[in-house]
Amino acid sequence: MTTTLDASGLPSRSLLSFLDREHTVARPGYSRWMVPPAALCVHLCIGQAYAFSVFNLPMTKLIGITQSAPGDWKLTELGWIFSIAMVFLGLSAAVFGRWVEEGGPRRAMFTAGIAWASAFLISALGVHLHNLWIIYFGYGVIGGCALGIGYISPVSTLMKWFPDRPGMATGMAIMGFGGGALIASPFSVWLMSKFASMTDVGVFGAFITLGCVYFLFMMVGSAIVRVPAPGWKPEGYVPPATATKLMTKNDVFVYQAIKTPQFWLIWIVLFCNTTAGIGVLGQASAMSQEMFPGHITAVAAAGLVGLMSLFNMGGRFSWASLSDFIGRKNTYFVYMVLGFALYVTVPYAGASGNVVLFVLCFLIIVSMYGGGFSTVPAYLRDMFGTRYVGAIHGILLTAWSMAGIAGPVLINYIREYNVTHGVPKAQAYNTTMYIMAGLLVVGFLANLCVRAVDKRHHMKDDDKASLEPARA
Amino acid sequence: MQSAQTARTTPLQLALAWSFAGIPLLAGVIQTLLNAMKLFQ
Repeated sequence: MTTTLDASGLPSRSLLSFLDREHTVARPGYSRWMVPPAALCVHLCIGQAYAFSVFNLPMTKLIGITQSAPGDWKLTELGWIFSIAMVFLGLSAAVFGRWVEEGGPRRAMFTAGIAWASAFLISALGVHLHNLWIIYFGYGVIGGCALGIGYISPVSTLMKWFPDRPGMATGMAIMGFGGGALIASPFSVWLMSKFASMTDVGVFGAFITLGCVYFLFMMVGSAIVRVPAPGWKPEGYVPPATATKLMTKNDVFVYQAIKTPQFWLIWIVLFCNTTAGIGVLGQASAMSQEMFPGHITAVAAAGLVGLMSLFNMGGRFSWASLSDFIGRKNTYFVYMVLGFALYVTVPYAGASGNVVLFVLCFLIIVSMYGGGFSTVPAYLRDMFGTRYVGAIHGILLTAWSMAGIAGPVLINYIREYNVTHGVPKAQAYNTTMYIMAGLLVVGFLANLCVRAVDKRHHMKDDDKASLEPARA
Repeated sequence: MQSAQTARTTPLQLALAWSFAGIPLLAGVIQTLLNAMKLFQ
């Protein structure tokens, strides 16, 4: 940390000035390979959100301890915690995107770390007082804001450090979000077992510990992150002399970007890909057991869910890395075309009792679901430039929030409708699979319509001067 | 402002940073793989 002194020799800025963008500019010799682990420190922590469900069942027994007692919370009430957090993820990413972009990654990571730790500590208080509203506020609202700010905080920084491989760079960070649940799930179960007693299910102690551990990790991430000095380029990297058809060299201001058709087309692409993926991700266990009764047991289904989370994580890195070679638009074409083929194959796999084909379809689908998230920041960068890409990405994440509602609703209600109308359980998901395939056709058409952004949306030199704090 | 002097990142710093983030992730991946094996039993 460095301290700036004014003319009187006193610190000229507040104690928190080390968080400012100008204090995070890398000095010559700093390795850009320090930035991905910094980003991972944040994304691995906030990725815990996907594993929050491990607390749901224990939290229905806070009073009864061994079983639910009168006054204990119901699973339906607890389900709202995750939903509120997801809504606030999208909202905060959209609202704070420009603040994150202009203030730099360290300030954003630091804020996300404070908020994420607070979310667990406030929730622990909610558990202690047995007040669900405190948890809705703590994990749902404060934690949701930490998710939104933390998710977008390292994205544009990584792309500035890796102009030669922006897909791979963001893929590494966003892979961390997928991997966070792999760590949090067993760790949380282990913590609860350690804190559990005759009078305690162990959730309170687990929340306090997680809050402290995540705070430490995120502070390390915010301490080691740096932004490149203006004009910095990787050794040997020669930027393309002219912009390619779908890769601009200009910047578009965040609020100008949302006025372009390109933004909304990419929004539709992400929404369709995510809705389709979320639909199967959340229901994979039940769906596999109902489609293959006697072949896939509850234990095997749990194994499938574990394997899917690995493919979700791996897809985030591998598909985004591939997009550096084949281009972002082509990568989304692959997601849509291959996804369509796989969704229409699932009912066939079910009808023919082909478990291997079914599992393969699901694993590839879920890898492309993850890939959709990690490829989109680089797609936005190609369209709108690097200057406001974090803020634009933040607003685009509203597509994720919307998909989080649409995906499960589509799959649950259509299944319910089919079952009540006499469709056998093994075939109850077929209509949903065809609807998901249809959604991917919509995504394909939206992606097809994406063209380069019109020159009139590009920032002019005087715009850049008036928005100086957001310098590269 | 920071001075313009160099601050070369050492291989040890890189190894520490990657281990700090990578070891928990690797542990999570191994644990998940072990659970996923149940699908093939």
